[in-house]
Parts: sequence; structure tokens; C-alpha cells
Amino acid sequence: MARRGRLRAFGAHAALLTYTAIALFPVFVIVINAFKSRKAIFGAPLAPPTPETFDLAGFRAVLTQGDFVLYFQNSLIVTLVSLALVLLFGAMSAFALSEYRFRGNTLLGLYLALGIMIPIRLGTVAILELMVATHLVDTRTALILVYTAQGLPLSIFILAEFMRQISDDLKNAGRIDGLSEYAIFFRLVLPLTRPAMATVAVFTMIPIWNDLWFPLILAPSEATKTVTLGAQVFIGQFVTNWNAVLAALSLAILPVLILYLIFSRQLIRGITSGAVK
Amino acid sequence: MGSLTLRGISKSFGATEVLRDIDLEVHDGGFTVFVGPSGCGKSTLLRIVAGLEEPSAGDVLIEGERVNDRAPADREIAMVFQSYALYPHLTVRDNMALGLRQARTPKATIEARVAEAARMLSLEPLLGRRPAELSGGQRQRVAIGRAVVRTPKLFLFDEPLSNLDAALRVNTRVEIARLRRELRATMIYVTHDQTEAMTLADQIVVLNAGRIEQIGAPMELYRDPANIFVAGFIGSPRMNFLDGARLGLQAATLGIRPEHLRLDRVAGEFEGRVSHVEHLGGETNIFVQAGAHGLLTARRFDEESFALDERVWLTPDPARRLLFDAEGRRLR
Ligand SMILES: Nc1ncnc2c1ncn2[C@@H]1O[C@H](COP(=O)(O)OP(=O)(O)O)[C@@H](O)[C@H]1O
Ligand SMILES: [Mg+2]
Repeated sequence: MARRGRLRAFGAHAALLTYTAIALFPVFVIVINAFKSRKAIFGAPLAPPTPETFDLAGFRAVLTQGDFVLYFQNSLIVTLVSLALVLLFGAMSAFALSEYRFRGNTLLGLYLALGIMIPIRLGTVAILELMVATHLVDTRTALILVYTAQGLPLSIFILAEFMRQISDDLKNAGRIDGLSEYAIFFRLVLPLTRPAMATVAVFTMIPIWNDLWFPLILAPSEATKTVTLGAQVFIGQFVTNWNAVLAALSLAILPVLILYLIFSRQLIRGITSGAVK
Repeated sequence: MGSLTLRGISKSFGATEVLRDIDLEVHDGGFTVFVGPSGCGKSTLLRIVAGLEEPSAGDVLIEGERVNDRAPADREIAMVFQSYALYPHLTVRDNMALGLRQARTPKATIEARVAEAARMLSLEPLLGRRPAELSGGQRQRVAIGRAVVRTPKLFLFDEPLSNLDAALRVNTRVEIARLRRELRATMIYVTHDQTEAMTLADQIVVLNAGRIEQIGAPMELYRDPANIFVAGFIGSPRMNFLDGARLGLQAATLGIRPEHLRLDRVAGEFEGRVSHVEHLGGETNIFVQAGAHGLLTARRFDEESFALDERVWLTPDPARRLLFDAEGRRLR
């Protein structure tokens, strides 16, 4: 019995390790090549940097050409503010949908979930016209508004499902103790929804951080560029500074990695919360 | 302390009518139990009293004042839920204090009331713990404590014992009865368990399918039920119902409690065979297959034993038999 258990654990770990290796391989290749000379990148792309091939030219280029500190700042501001808005408004509408009986509740829920199936990029032209009309082109606000709209459907869908499981008695106990509906939301429901919020945070944050499309269309100015857009300056039509591209991408991994680590403890609880009670 | 009056309360969820025309008077200091099968609307009625649910029609009066438009927190009530509903992220002390803090009670008063409730319910050593670190019985005591510190006019209990094991249930039942004497409070208690109803109440309200079947003191309901439903619901083991026509009676149904159905080896009104025997120590339940009358239960308080398949005679005590018409109403 114990032997079969160990065999099974071994099999599971082997499968997971294989998957991890496959998933991490591109990241690994980017990171090692960021530290190599141009010749070595093309000569032996899979070789780790050696004393002869080690070269920080890419990082030097990133720090000298273009204002990458500003790009990072833009990316962080856009991502964090959108994330905060998605979580706040997502949780609030999820609470309304799961807690209150009103006419059209189900219909409204379906309408809000529609955005999961229809990509927001289909509306790019209309969005651009809207931003031009409201003078929001080349502002971070434009990006934040679009990303908030993009993140809300999934967040409402997941959070509403999660909030339906929170016991009515608990909320009613709060009402009898004199908590307002806002206090019930912020002080009873939100703390209990933390694992689901972390799940939503991760799923929302990564597409926003990685997005190239909307920064390119809505905010391509030097002052509002995000990291992914900033890295494009090294990709020319005829010459591409691969060292710099790889270095910029390697650096771009760090902030999301840190954010992910912050959320991941909660995330794991979110995934297993239904299974283990 | 407070009295409660319900006038013509009805409640529908969409097209489903859950409560119909409920009138009720609960006196100051009374212990009233709502009892009835699952899904008959007991919790809904209690939630209407608490203000957590709006009635579709009718008025709720506490101490003679109409409170329909008052929020739950302003009705001076406290409620204990079946699932305890303790705030999971707060300590026992904060769980009990939250309501008072919301009402901006002075700190010293809060501390005094929490200490008093903790003493009454032996919660002192648990005050610093969180609900997750408590056993089921302890959680239930905290939930009761949270109600006690509010010093409400009206205590509402929704099946507070149904998540506890049998031994704990008896203890907590005794505890609630003691608490009630100590606080001299008005209490309304919901249960589907007729034993709880009989042991705790001075007034029982029997509900069935959203209507009140009968209101009365426990022994009144036992001795003098108004209809077949109440007769069958109150008392355990359940009352026997026999077809009246088959016994040559005018009534449609004859009801006789197991303790009033005489069992004899020699003579009686009709005969049957013993099909099962339950020895409970002080009493014995004997199940008898009585031909056309069906399976009947007799209850004896001696230690006489009967063999399976033994032939016996049964006689309903004429002084204790109850007669019902075809609609189930009592014939007197
Ligand atoms: N929010 C609701 N929406 C629709 N139906 C409900 C709701 N709450 C209760 N009911 C229905 O009302 C009936 C009575 O419920 P309840 O008062 O909880 O019964 P009890 O507490 O006596 O078991 C049940 O049939 C239940 O399905
Ligand atoms: Mg109920």
C-alpha cells in the first residue's frame, strides 16, 4: 500500500516537473541570453553564459536608451490601479448580484459575464474614437479605463460564484448587530473572499502587464509608454537589438513575479478551498 | 422585556406562498416555540419578526409598537442561528462586543456585559479564541452569549440545537431553560423537534404548510389537539390512527396514543400479532400488526416482555381516544 502510494507520488511529481520544465523553458532561454553577447546569442542560444560570452550590453542599452524607469513606472501604475479597480468594482457588483433579489438579477449577471466570451479588442476602433473625443489619448487613464473594463467580467463571474457560498446567517447576524450593508460587504464578506480575490488578481494582472495592443494604440507617447511597448524600440524593421530586447523582457518579469508571490499564498488557498474544508 | 404581536402576516416568494394569515400573541416573558415539519415556514416567520425578511402583508408589533419599517438592529431583538454564524475573523470577545460597539455603547458597559455573559455561559477561558478554535457546543454558547449581551426585548432562536450531538443537545436545552429564568426574557424558539418544543415551551405554535394549526400549552396540545396534524405531530412515538368506519364509529378516524392503547394477552377489542419490540429500559414500545387496522404501537411502562409473533389483544382507552372528521378536524 505504502509502496503504491510512493509510486503514485513519484509519477505525479514526474509529470509536474516535466510540465514545469516545458513551461519555464522559454523564460529560461530569455533570461540566460540576456546576459550574453550578441554573437553568443546566435551562436549557441541554449548555452548558459560563460566568462567569455558574458556581456551586459543589453542591460546597458536598456538603461541608457529610452527611459525605462519611466516605462516601468507606467506599467506598474496602470497595472496596479486597474487591478484595484477591477477587484473593488468586481467585488461590489458580485455582492449585489449574489446578495440581493431584484428584477433582472440573472439577466444582469449574464450581461456582465458576456465580456468573458467577447474580447474587448473587437471594440478597439470605438474605444479609440471615444478616447479621442474625451481627450484621453496618450494618458494612463485611457489604459486604466480599458483594462478595468476588460478585467471586470471574469472578476464578477468568479467572485459572485464565491460569494453565493458565504452563509446568509452570517450576513444576517451582522444586520442584527447593526452593521450597514457597506460594513457587511467590507468587514464580513471581503475578508472571507480573500482567496478568490487573489485568484482574480493574478488572472487580471498578467494580461494587463503583458499587453502591447492598447498601449500601442491608446498611449504610444514617450511619457505614457509601458514596458512592453518600450521594449519595442529595440525591434527595428532592419536591425533588432536582441541583447536589449531580452534584457528588457527579463527585467519585465520581476515586478509581476513579486506581485504573484504576494498573491500566491492566497491563490493556493483559493484553488483548494472547495476541496479541503 | 417585550411582548410580540403578529397580525395577518403573509409571505410569498414570487408565486409560492410560504406563510398565510398568521395571527399570534406572545406575552411578556413567555417562551414560545414554533414547531412544524421542515419547510413549513418557521424560519421565514422568525426572520420576519427579526426584520430580515419583509412580510408580503400584515404587521409585526413589539411591545405594542409597529416595527415593520424598522431595521433589524433597531428592533431590540437578538437572534441565534442554526449555523451559529459567528464572525470567523473575530475573537469570542469581539464577536460578543460587535453589536454593542455598533450601537456606540460606552466601553465600560460593553466590558461589563461581555464579562457577565461569559460568566453565565462559562466562556471566560475562551474569550481570546477565534471560532475556528472552538468545539460545536462552545460555538453555540458564544452565539447565545452574543445574543445575551445585547439585552434584547426578544430572543429569537432558529433551531439552535440541531447541529449538536444528542448528549450536548440535552445539556444546552437545560442551559437555555436556565438562562431564560435568569434573564426573565421573552423568547421565541424554532424547532422541528417536538421533544424540544414540549420541554422548553410555555406556548407552542404548531405550523404546517405556512398556516398555524394550533396554539397552546404543551400539555394542552398533547391532551386536546385540534386536528389530526397536531395529534400526530405532538407526542412520541406517534399517535395511532384507525379507520373509524371499520370500528363502527360515526367519526372518520379514531386517534389513540401508544400509551393509551391497552395491550393484553387474554382479551380486548381487536387482535393482532407482535411484529417488533423496542425495550427502552423504563418503557417498552410494542409494534403490533392488527390486520385491517394496520401496524399499531402500544407503549407499556412495566418490564413485561412479549415474543415476536405472539398473539395479543388491543383496547383503546375509551376516556383517551380522540375522534376526527373526514377533514381531519377534531370531533368533540
Ligand atoms: N429566499 C427564498 N426564496 C424562495 N423560497 C424560499 C426562500 N426562503 C425560504 N423559501 C421557501 O419557503 C419555505 C419555508 O422555508 P423555511 O421558513 O426555511 O422553512 P422551515 O424553517 O420551517 O424549515 C420552503 O419551502 C422554502 O423553500
Ligand atoms: Mg428553518
